[in-house]
Amino acid sequence: MSIPVSRLSGQGLTLDRGGRRVLADLDFVATSGEALVVTGPNGAGKSTLLRLIAGLLRPVAGRLVLDGGDPELSIAQHCHYFGHQDALKAALSVGENLGFWRDFFGEADDTVYDALDRVGLARLVDLPAAYLSAGQRRRLAFARLLVSKRPIWLLDEPTSALDAASETRLIEIVGEHLDGGGLVVAATHLALPFSRMASLRLGAAVIAEAVA
Amino acid sequence: MSALASLFVREWKLAVRVGGGALMGALFFLIVVTVVPFGVGPDLNLLSRIGPAILWIGALLATLLSLDRLFQVDRDDGGLDLILMADASLELVVLVKCLAHWAATGLPLVLASPLLAVFMNMEPEVIAATTATLLVGTPALTFTGAIGAALTVTLKRGGLLLAILVLPLTVPVMIFGVSSATAVVFGTVPFTTPFSILAALGLFAMVLGPFAAAAALRHAGE
Repeated sequence: MSIPVSRLSGQGLTLDRGGRRVLADLDFVATSGEALVVTGPNGAGKSTLLRLIAGLLRPVAGRLVLDGGDPELSIAQHCHYFGHQDALKAALSVGENLGFWRDFFGEADDTVYDALDRVGLARLVDLPAAYLSAGQRRRLAFARLLVSKRPIWLLDEPTSALDAASETRLIEIVGEHLDGGGLVVAATHLALPFSRMASLRLGAAVIAEAVA
Repeated sequence: MSALASLFVREWKLAVRVGGGALMGALFFLIVVTVVPFGVGPDLNLLSRIGPAILWIGALLATLLSLDRLFQVDRDDGGLDLILMADASLELVVLVKCLAHWAATGLPLVLASPLLAVFMNMEPEVIAATTATLLVGTPALTFTGAIGAALTVTLKRGGLLLAILVLPLTVPVMIFGVSSATAVVFGTVPFTTPFSILAALGLFAMVLGPFAAAAALRHAGE
């Protein structure tokens, strides 16, 4: 996407899941070059917020506003969603899994090999994904964000199942994305040492306030 | 490779590799058609008369067998979320997935049917007609079934419900498929009359199926 994004904001977002109000009148602002880290206890609505931004859930009230970006595309089409599930097919090799998403998402960025190299899986390119460990599956899923260019990264517990070295590598890659004018919204209950970050705390009472 | 071409190749690979349903459908078809003469008895005239119907029922059941996984595998591993977020239109994605599913599971049924027709003591012209009707009719089964597969995508054991939802919708395809196959020998109408309607049903399903299934998938996440 050639047109850079500058700001993603939510205004009065309210969302119900299974008859229960998960997000109530939530405001947030995420600016490019800075990671918005969403924290909060289990069930506070962190994942729900990310799925909402990704266009997978619809709010009952409120709206999302994107400043910048391609006006022809929806907000979801600017986003990479790195959720709990890895979207890997066990019967396909590591390279085939990643190659499919590279073709399918378009806007090609890194080659499959380069992306695997960056997450430290280049040696396993021909191995069926069925044989990967939990951490390796996670890294392969993350490599999807590198093969196709999208300015907004939605990361849901990005460092779960990763070892210390991989976590450092992931933080570096996210840092490079931010330096390139990218926008990151990360949900986590761990402290993620991003270089520049704002935080948004979702409480169990679901009255959230943005802390700059 | 373009997004949709790459999707077709991936779906094809998944279907023919370990855990895919391609071979399973063809084997199931073989078993169903082979078992019938044991049940019906060795009456060759009767077998040749009911042959086209048996082949059609076998093909219908074999198609349904693998359809429940059409979208569910993608939903289970989170791939469906990513597909929804991609630039490709969901209707075209469904169309391509159905075409790949048909190429991997429907086409082998069509290719196997002349051989199995011999088991049923069918006349050569009836064999040719049945194969032609299956070639035109099995895509209709896949596209109709895709609607059911999309509606039941959130259910863990949705396969049975899928069959209950989809089987009534496939009745017209069955009727015109079997009647055009038998029209060659026994019929009172020319082959092309029911065959044209069968082809029309196939085209109708190919247009309606992707739109209906895509609409169901869009709401599946909520």
